[in-house]
Amino acid sequence: MRRVALAVAAFVVALAAVDAGAPAAAGDAAPLTVAEVAPGVFVHQAPYALIAPANRGDIANVGFVVGEAAVAVVDSGGSPAVGRALLAAIRARTDKPIRYVVNTHVHPDHLLGNEAFRGEGTAFVGHRKLARALAARAPFYLDQAARQLAPADAAGIELVPPDIAVDGMLRLDLGGRALVLEAHPTAHTDADLTVLDEATGTWFLGDLLFVGHLPTLDGSLTGWLAEMDRLAARQVAHVVPGHGPLDLGWPAALAPQRRYLERLAAGVRREIAAGRSIAQAAEEVGIEERDAWALFETFNPHNVTAAYQELEWE
Amino acid sequence: MTSHARRLPPASSLRAAIFAACAAVLAAAVPEAAGAQAPTEAETHATWLAIRGDVVGERPIVDGTGILAIEAPYRAHDAAVVPLDITAHLPDGKAVKALTIVIDENPSPVAATFTFGQRRADLALSTRVRINSYSFVRAIVEADDGTLYMSERYVKASGGCSAPALKDADQAFANLGKMKVRYPPPAEALATPAKLPGTAPAAGASRLVRAQIMIRHPNYSGLQMNQLTQLYIPARFVNDIEVSQGGDKLFAMEGGISLSEDPTIAFEFQSNGAGTLDVKAVDTDGEVFSGAFAIEPPPGGNG
Repeated sequence: MRRVALAVAAFVVALAAVDAGAPAAAGDAAPLTVAEVAPGVFVHQAPYALIAPANRGDIANVGFVVGEAAVAVVDSGGSPAVGRALLAAIRARTDKPIRYVVNTHVHPDHLLGNEAFRGEGTAFVGHRKLARALAARAPFYLDQAARQLAPADAAGIELVPPDIAVDGMLRLDLGGRALVLEAHPTAHTDADLTVLDEATGTWFLGDLLFVGHLPTLDGSLTGWLAEMDRLAARQVAHVVPGHGPLDLGWPAALAPQRRYLERLAAGVRREIAAGRSIAQAAEEVGIEERDAWALFETFNPHNVTAAYQELEWE
Repeated sequence: MTSHARRLPPASSLRAAIFAACAAVLAAAVPEAAGAQAPTEAETHATWLAIRGDVVGERPIVDGTGILAIEAPYRAHDAAVVPLDITAHLPDGKAVKALTIVIDENPSPVAATFTFGQRRADLALSTRVRINSYSFVRAIVEADDGTLYMSERYVKASGGCSAPALKDADQAFANLGKMKVRYPPPAEALATPAKLPGTAPAAGASRLVRAQIMIRHPNYSGLQMNQLTQLYIPARFVNDIEVSQGGDKLFAMEGGISLSEDPTIAFEFQSNGAGTLDVKAVDTDGEVFSGAFAIEPPPGGNG
């Protein structure tokens, strides 16, 4: 029995070694399941989870848009394995070249899959602050990936920064199909970028919109609340959040997030005025929202800590 | 309200030594970091025994139970911003002379050292620190008779020294050196004011004030690497803070990279009747930031 176990272990190790050294190939991975939100617009809705070996980093919504001449990818997932699975999903539907990989912001669950898309003619696109944010965070993200993913999925990850920086707005042409990219002021992060498919009115909001999964604050709470007012005024046909179900109506989809963030701001301001410490606030603010969100216990205290540091300067 | 001035930078050899020590620790730590287990309480206690000599020499340390307390979250929500609340009431007429905060497993274990200007048996001080891996966090108080008291807390946090704390890098440098002082209402009595024998407070001047000093500064640890250039983002942190009221020293702090971005110190002091709190901070680039802040009466106007 022990010899069998050793043989199996050796086989698994050999397999991992092969996997770690092998170049990304679309055929490696089972394709991600995607839904066609609108004609030519495909989105994979990821589960609510923290990055873990079992999910291989598949915890954020990712998608792609197919034009007459080319394809654009919007976010690439939380590991190269997810990136390869997304690539497989694309190749199952079209062999058109992938002209652009757009990253909606700096968080690793949205862009660690980038390296699966490196190739001739593929440009990576992000907010003008994305390259710097990624450079500053890279050692932390790589260290975190090594702790969170299985060794085979974490080995040799390379972070791929943008080739094209968006300041204001930018149109990308996929051949008879235009995407409008917009760089936003600091909200969820300081490098938030949205993607609008003009043909269908489908708006990829990245993590400017969370549905079901507790919004996470890593930019500016007051900035995010202000930006949400501007976002709500737009007319669009379909919205794709960074986490959670697609296409819930606009601006209706914003309402729970707005309620949570407003309660977060009001609660933290009350704590500061009452002389409660940052540690006390982390235990006391937002409790009434606990049952409304996935991953509340994980992220609410972190949000309160970030909000406290921002609002105590008011 | 705040002003900037340049002075000669501190001795470059000190900076080089700090940088070399940090880089060496980081280089040694990186291969182990991938998939490594967090140190156990026993292992980090062993770390304390190894560094104790550098911190207090051969001096005996008295267990601070009942005299000195350090509060910290058992599991930190943000390893780059771990709040510490330290309180003490010294017995036998002793006064608090100095406080040292040590984080055993950090690349720079001595987070800060405070020396105090007022002769008081009581101490109430809060700040926020970076914690790099699961570690004991220690408060060591030195009394005016030389006695050392220590209390500690075990905190589960990791990555604080290299974590990207900056929410908006543009804002960080636009705001560099800006200061604010808050006077939070005493939501809970953190320290019981005690009058030392032989000290008669001046009329109207013995009011206990709680103030929070805040300074905008990225406090770069020097342990973050710019992945595009493969160069370390140079260390630049606030290493010196002096606070006084009407010319009387309240405290002086020497600090290192273990203090969080936007360093903040909340503390209690006896008002001496002077209306102004003066704060001066210096960073490792030699940049000086200073400000004068009116000392506010407590809510309710009770003097």
